[in-house]
Amino acid sequence: MSYTIEGRTGPWELVIGLEIHAQVISQAKLFSGAATAFGAEPNSQVSFIDAGFPGMLPVINQECVAQAVRTGLGLNAQVNLWSRFDRKNYFYADLPQGYQISQFAHPIIGEGAVEITLGDGTTKTIGITRLHLEQDAGKSLHDQHATKSFIDLNRSGVALMEIVSEPDMRSPEEAGAYLTKIRQILRYLGTCDGNMDEGSMRADVNVSVRKAGEGFRTRCEVKNVNSIRFVMQAVEAEARRQIEVWESGEEVFQETRLFDTARGVTRSMRSKEDAHDYRYFPEPDLPPLVLDSDWVAALKAALPELPDARRARYTAMGLTAYDAHVLTLEKETAVFFETVAKGRDAKLAANWVTGDFFAALNRLKRDVSDPPVTAENLGALLDLISDKTLSGSLAKQVFEAMLETGKAPGEIVEERGLKQVTDTGAIEAVVAQVMAANADKVAEYRSGKEKLFGFFVGQTMKAMQGKGNPALVNEVVKTALAG
Amino acid sequence: MHPTDFTLRGAIDALNEGTISSVELTNAHLDGIAKLNPRLNAYITVTAEKALAAAKASDERRRQGTVGALEGIPLAIKDLFCTAGTRTTAGSRILDSFVPPYESTVSQNLLDDGAVFLGKANLDEFAMGSSNTTSASGPVENPWSRANDPDTRLVPGGSSGGSAAAVAARLALGATATDTGGSIRQPAAFCGIAGIKPTYGRCSRFGIVAFASSLDQAGPVARTVEDCAILLKSMAGFDPRDSTSADMPVPDFAKACERGVKGLRIGVPKEYRLDGMAPEIVALWEQGLAWLRDAGAETVEVSLPHAKYALPTYYIVAPAEASSNLARYDGVRFGMRVTEPGSDLRDLYERTRAAGFGAEVRRRIMIGTYVLSAGYYDAYYLKAQKVRALIRRDFEQAYEKVDAILTPATPSAAFGMDEKQDDPVAMYLNDIFTVTANLAGLPGLAVPAGLDGQGLPLGLQVIGRAFDEETVFAVGRTLERAANFTALPGLRAGA
Repeated sequence: MSYTIEGRTGPWELVIGLEIHAQVISQAKLFSGAATAFGAEPNSQVSFIDAGFPGMLPVINQECVAQAVRTGLGLNAQVNLWSRFDRKNYFYADLPQGYQISQFAHPIIGEGAVEITLGDGTTKTIGITRLHLEQDAGKSLHDQHATKSFIDLNRSGVALMEIVSEPDMRSPEEAGAYLTKIRQILRYLGTCDGNMDEGSMRADVNVSVRKAGEGFRTRCEVKNVNSIRFVMQAVEAEARRQIEVWESGEEVFQETRLFDTARGVTRSMRSKEDAHDYRYFPEPDLPPLVLDSDWVAALKAALPELPDARRARYTAMGLTAYDAHVLTLEKETAVFFETVAKGRDAKLAANWVTGDFFAALNRLKRDVSDPPVTAENLGALLDLISDKTLSGSLAKQVFEAMLETGKAPGEIVEERGLKQVTDTGAIEAVVAQVMAANADKVAEYRSGKEKLFGFFVGQTMKAMQGKGNPALVNEVVKTALAG
Repeated sequence: MHPTDFTLRGAIDALNEGTISSVELTNAHLDGIAKLNPRLNAYITVTAEKALAAAKASDERRRQGTVGALEGIPLAIKDLFCTAGTRTTAGSRILDSFVPPYESTVSQNLLDDGAVFLGKANLDEFAMGSSNTTSASGPVENPWSRANDPDTRLVPGGSSGGSAAAVAARLALGATATDTGGSIRQPAAFCGIAGIKPTYGRCSRFGIVAFASSLDQAGPVARTVEDCAILLKSMAGFDPRDSTSADMPVPDFAKACERGVKGLRIGVPKEYRLDGMAPEIVALWEQGLAWLRDAGAETVEVSLPHAKYALPTYYIVAPAEASSNLARYDGVRFGMRVTEPGSDLRDLYERTRAAGFGAEVRRRIMIGTYVLSAGYYDAYYLKAQKVRALIRRDFEQAYEKVDAILTPATPSAAFGMDEKQDDPVAMYLNDIFTVTANLAGLPGLAVPAGLDGQGLPLGLQVIGRAFDEETVFAVGRTLERAANFTALPGLRAGA
């Protein structure tokens, strides 16, 4: 069933495309040597080039080009060995040169595709139109002074990748899943940190609506949406607004809008009539960007494993599709899991990581990159389960102690004497005591009330402070009761 | 001999022989400037104290045994080159108070070779002009005047009019200049000196206030071809800070001057024979060809069929790039800011740019904005780029047959300051022989070759293959020797 929104005139389909602006991870800016760290003092990371001083010229940063190529390869996209920069001209106080150097006519990356997985487990392929490199503008601060605006040029000249999708998405969920997937791929590649709250990733959302079987209607662009949740909300809000417009007999006009996150509605920013004429033309300060195919091949060979491949590998290891999905969402989680699982039972490792470990992260508000229990220690705990030193319930006790103390599981087992009892004689002695103390129940059992079996097992375990090997306890109790 | 009468080569020799010091040489030029600059206005900023300090330091280096290629040589720097700690105006009100914290690569190269900077030479505002009348610092006067009309003040040409006038009037031994459509060669010809625009990419553009990025190229003006060769050797070279600079070795240009032209084939583009061209110009051109034949070259007619579109092509491409390059002068970060309390950003832009830019700069920004606008881009800018490619191809085909091309440098001698001022198109026609070399990125050298009937200098232009300045210098030096141009301007230091 495809997603629709019910209007007064019946169901409406949504058509969605995303332009994602992703800040490239690099030491220096796209065309200058200035640093790019987040959160620095205003105007402390600005070269004369970034500030548009007279006579300053851009020089391309090769690492930024490599990052764009890696991203293109990760998106299964065409790498264009010849591309070119253009100037996009407009005036604004935080745009020092009066133009943005971008790639308009000839982007570095052409068509590609990514597969998204939806909540019901189905998958869908979303087309990538292009990816191009461009420089970011600075930041205008309008709230620092009653009559003046302040300008921070730290971001001016930072390299961005603009990733443009085909209008292939049909629901807020698909838009959210697509953005999630792009973010995941970029983070795996190490080409963008994906920190949407720091502005290193943001999306322009193109939305239109239509009746089933129609071609495209006029679209509107919702600018600068800065979280996955807001993208999904903006899609729905904008679609509902357009449906309202169409159903009231009016027409939707192409325009740029903003998403008001507080009120959950979109507002007009500028109409097509006020749109800038950017007067694009080839950047004369930069020769065309020509890539060597061997260099591209070397980048390809050095690409890290991407989430789709990793997920497939996990499924092949015997993990459920769900566990494989959850464990590959973040690269850090996958790396943690693989350390735990190395040389051990993968399914057991997956259960512990997605179960007790994730629960502990939630409870302690910690992150997998700063885990309360190291992957090595969690692995050692699994070893103690496998060699029957610990039962499942003992292991949980040890895990809690590990969270509290940060100690290795072996140490905790030694200190607290939590070692599982597998000595049959010792278990038999306890069982004999339990039976002696509960002679009435032994009689009841033997006269057919077999559900009392659990009672004897429980009493035995209790007497042993949980340290009895559960299988052995079961066996001994059964034999003893049989008389 | 008065110290300002040295050629640059002669001054280097005298310094090396110890017959003069850099301080003496510099003082002589500063005296000349003090006397003549109030009238000629060739310098916008004279840095007398810095120059003397630099000259002293140079003499000291020489005593220590360190002698650069231009050790102690006083030069003028076109006020388009950013000079660290020295005001750089580009001839515009909008940069009136701009003191760059950085040095252009070309001027740094000269400093590294021991040169002494006398000051910043006047120019047309943002290098836009052919008469040096658009400078916010006022017009420059040509040190030459008409024999039968000595009271009419003549333009030195532009945009490097201050550089050319300073060198012609002996107010510097040489000067840096820039050439976007003829801004080195036309003023050199008008002032009776030599000047070369090298191949695009030969000199770094880093730190030079941009006019039209794909056409701008720095080069020297000096009183002899050899002096230009010596200066260019110091100015040129690969610069990783300019992505369009060429990573190629810089040859010994001065040595190439003495190669001669025996066996060379010199092209004569038939399309350059314009209707109504001054007979004196035609005669000089013929004379130049004869001199080259006498020296052992062969002259061959060649065709540059698209040359006739060069000027309109240039006046689309150059303003288009300029309209974008000049967007940074917005009153926000440096230079002039004009604003009213309570007004908005748009008002700041409008007031600042209206007050900061002169009429010619505003005209070119408007032309450039227009030709790049949606709906006009294809008809103007894109078409111009296609024609530019054809002009480049014309030259490539011509250079299959010839080693260099000879043309007049300008369609006339220097004109009066009041002439051509009300007709921008007539003014633009000054560049008719020179713009092709910019559009094709080729080296072009102007050489003083004779006088017109009024006693004003006329120049010839040698255009060479890309990165073959050596042949251009060889041809230029041959013409210079044959022309034996010894006439002197009326206004000059030491006179």
